[in-house]
Amino acid sequence: MLIEEDYITEEGDFVVNIGPQHPATHGVLHLKVWLDGETIKHIEPHIGYIHRSIEKMSESLSYRQFIYVTSRMDYLSAHINNQACALTVEKAMQIEVPQRAKVIRVLMAELNRLTSHMLWWGCTGLDLGAVSPFFFAFREREIINELMEDTCGARLTMNYMVPGGVMADLHPDFQRKVKEVIAQFKVNIHEYDQLLSDNVIFQERVKGVGYLSKEDAISFGCSGPTARGSGISCDIRKLYPYDGYENLKFDEIIEQGGDCWARYKVRIAEMHQSMSIIDQLIDNIPEGDFQAKTKAVLKLPKGEFYQRVETARGELGVFIVSEGGTTPYRIKYRSPNFSNLSALPTMAKGCKIGDLVAIMSTIDLVIPDVDR
Amino acid sequence: MTLLYSLSGLSYHIQSWLTRLLGNTMAVLVSEMVIVGLCLIGFLVLLSFTLGYMERRVAAFMQLRLGPNRVGPKGTLQIIADTIKLLFKEGLTPTNADKFMFNLAPYIMIITTMLVTAPLAFARNFQIWDLNIGVFYVSAVSSISVIGILMAGWSSNNKYSLLGAMRSGAQIVSYELSIGLSLISIVILTGSLRISDIVMSQQNGWWIFKGHLPALIAFVIFIVASTAEINRAPFDLAEAEQELTAGFHTEYAGMKFAMFLLSEYVNLFIVSALAATLFLGGWMPFHIGSWSGFNHVMDFIPSSLWFMGKTFFVIFIIMWFRWTFPRLRVDQLLNLEWKYLLPISMLNVLLMTLVALLGWHG
Amino acid sequence: MFITEYFKTIFRSVKSLLTGMRLTGYYFTHPSKTLTQEYPDNRKELKLADRFRGEVVMPHTEANEHRCTGCQACELACPNGTIKIITKQEILPDGKKKKRLDTMIYNLSMCTFCNLCIVACPSDAITMSQDFEHSVLDRSKLRKILNKPDSKLMEGVE
Repeated sequence: MLIEEDYITEEGDFVVNIGPQHPATHGVLHLKVWLDGETIKHIEPHIGYIHRSIEKMSESLSYRQFIYVTSRMDYLSAHINNQACALTVEKAMQIEVPQRAKVIRVLMAELNRLTSHMLWWGCTGLDLGAVSPFFFAFREREIINELMEDTCGARLTMNYMVPGGVMADLHPDFQRKVKEVIAQFKVNIHEYDQLLSDNVIFQERVKGVGYLSKEDAISFGCSGPTARGSGISCDIRKLYPYDGYENLKFDEIIEQGGDCWARYKVRIAEMHQSMSIIDQLIDNIPEGDFQAKTKAVLKLPKGEFYQRVETARGELGVFIVSEGGTTPYRIKYRSPNFSNLSALPTMAKGCKIGDLVAIMSTIDLVIPDVDR
Repeated sequence: MTLLYSLSGLSYHIQSWLTRLLGNTMAVLVSEMVIVGLCLIGFLVLLSFTLGYMERRVAAFMQLRLGPNRVGPKGTLQIIADTIKLLFKEGLTPTNADKFMFNLAPYIMIITTMLVTAPLAFARNFQIWDLNIGVFYVSAVSSISVIGILMAGWSSNNKYSLLGAMRSGAQIVSYELSIGLSLISIVILTGSLRISDIVMSQQNGWWIFKGHLPALIAFVIFIVASTAEINRAPFDLAEAEQELTAGFHTEYAGMKFAMFLLSEYVNLFIVSALAATLFLGGWMPFHIGSWSGFNHVMDFIPSSLWFMGKTFFVIFIIMWFRWTFPRLRVDQLLNLEWKYLLPISMLNVLLMTLVALLGWHG
Repeated sequence: MFITEYFKTIFRSVKSLLTGMRLTGYYFTHPSKTLTQEYPDNRKELKLADRFRGEVVMPHTEANEHRCTGCQACELACPNGTIKIITKQEILPDGKKKKRLDTMIYNLSMCTFCNLCIVACPSDAITMSQDFEHSVLDRSKLRKILNKPDSKLMEGVE
């Protein structure tokens, strides 16, 4: 459902421009906010400040090259973005990915989801005025990033997934280090509860704030923890499994609350689920090739191909229209943040400015993914 | 050590020397207006340097970091480098700002905070002005600072500043009540508003111990309410960085911004000093009943050190709050005051009166 | 009852706040848990991952030989046009003409460190170095020529 009556601006309205440079907008998001005292009457998100025309750029890049650009969309789940692209190309060319490569991909994707949720947790604390959680969140995130550096060569924009598998084999120390960091994180995640989740001020700040009904969440096309916090089952890993997620035991976390607290709980529980997936896989990495044999120049058959994956923020869809050449005719990314952002005005209506910050942080916006 | 011991003697000697040299009226003018004023300004600037450094280090250690460690030994000169940077920055005034008010606001803030330091007893017999309504004076004068904040917020012609100033107005006016009531509960015990009397009344035990449970409750309420009064996290709604960028001082730069910063730190010192004076015995050493040997050792520690130690203990607690808790929302802030702190402190005053009437406070 | 509920709320809130304060207090009193790496001071001990993608380099042997045949696979693989290869015709001792590398221009300022050129290279002529301190005062310094002057192709590499 759209906003019932579109707010009509009047002369003398108190309008505050939050962003594009603002500590809480997590990037160059510009929100035009109509206020009544501290209460929000209406919000108009203005986007496009970091539009780099990734979709258009990809049209002139080959099927091996266009993957690296997607790391720059949702940079916090770069692996998963790359995976989506690789999966689409594999689907179109019907490449059989070796089992080992699939397991490595899932491991990396889940580690990436963990780092993303850690950063989100830190930023949520930061947005609500507690600075310390940010540093506690970075403690394990840093170790996982170093792990990524060992195997992939980079910390944030990895470009590790390639059509047909992964770019390089795992680092010899990978399994040992992952076990160490997961064991450490299982202890330290209780500090997350002590510092924020159980804190009465934090609970007061997020409970009952930024309500998004199930119907609204569906009509805005929300996905990921934002939609699952409103009680919608939308985990692509469960519904349309890829890369062997169908063989894994994990729960889809759904909360019925629809407020910031529900979204917060979904993400915290997802961290536990990710750790359980990693636990299942880390000792069972099959031997074999890490990459399928592919031709040097990839050519997709003529047609339209779509593949979706579950990033840390929701559903990412990659749509490729191919004319049979070495470059795509058109690429379209269905990014989770764009849809989630569109629900922000509905959620924030009637809340205070302080709540707006809480809502933005629990949607976990990554602005480069909105603009692309 | 000897210097610290004879602080009162020193001030007495200077006073008598000036009186001999210049006569009574001039001595008062010179000594109290100029020398004391200059000493105070110097002391407060030094103090805010210390507090700035302390805050950074405390924050860093709580967040698994090291904090400033490059400029000077262990980063002690970092804050001086920052001050020099602020001094050389251009003091911008926005085009559509109310220029007179805009430039006046930081001075009001700083003057208010300096005025409040007058009745504080820094050491034995070492006080700028021991007036007979000391506690009341502190409570009254410190509320002027809200005018400075409102002035800064209004005259900046910035919507963030205005919102911050309005929040701050509501906040300070409400939290004054709890502070006042918790001050009153100690005044009930001492029967005097004079700071020196209050300190002297704690000769045989600090009020937080002697005053039983009501004193403890009053102490906690005082700490919470004064954290709100000086706009520090978790009650820093007036400058809530993530919501209002910098709140009422968004538009200030350079030295004018430094004045807000200075007054923030001095305010922190003042409320902590007040808490130390009222509840923790001011410059009184820690004594345990009849352990004369122990008491004698405690007496050997100079009174100024006792005062500073207690004050910095309270400052540390307030910093600890800041680096642990998220910020409250503006309506929750007022809920906390009107639904919890105020009724409890009212009840507490009643309890305290009972304690005083029954004579349990020794 | 209302009153008991009221005081229970206060008690629970204070307890939750003290839990948080205990955690930060714990780390305050345990400075050994500090995570900070004092970067410029620890340059000597600093160990980067072997696969870390710092910048593209062309390893040369002591005899000033490299493995680049000038096939331009990396130039084609690069999504940003970072690498530019200039070739020359060289007459071999047996009289045949052969394409050889003249200069390999690498523009660091345009590189996204995606590793595609390294993967594409058929003769392992280029690799990623662990050097990460790239800042310079002049943009032109980021335009690097990877092959050393008078360097030759290594024997046996085709």
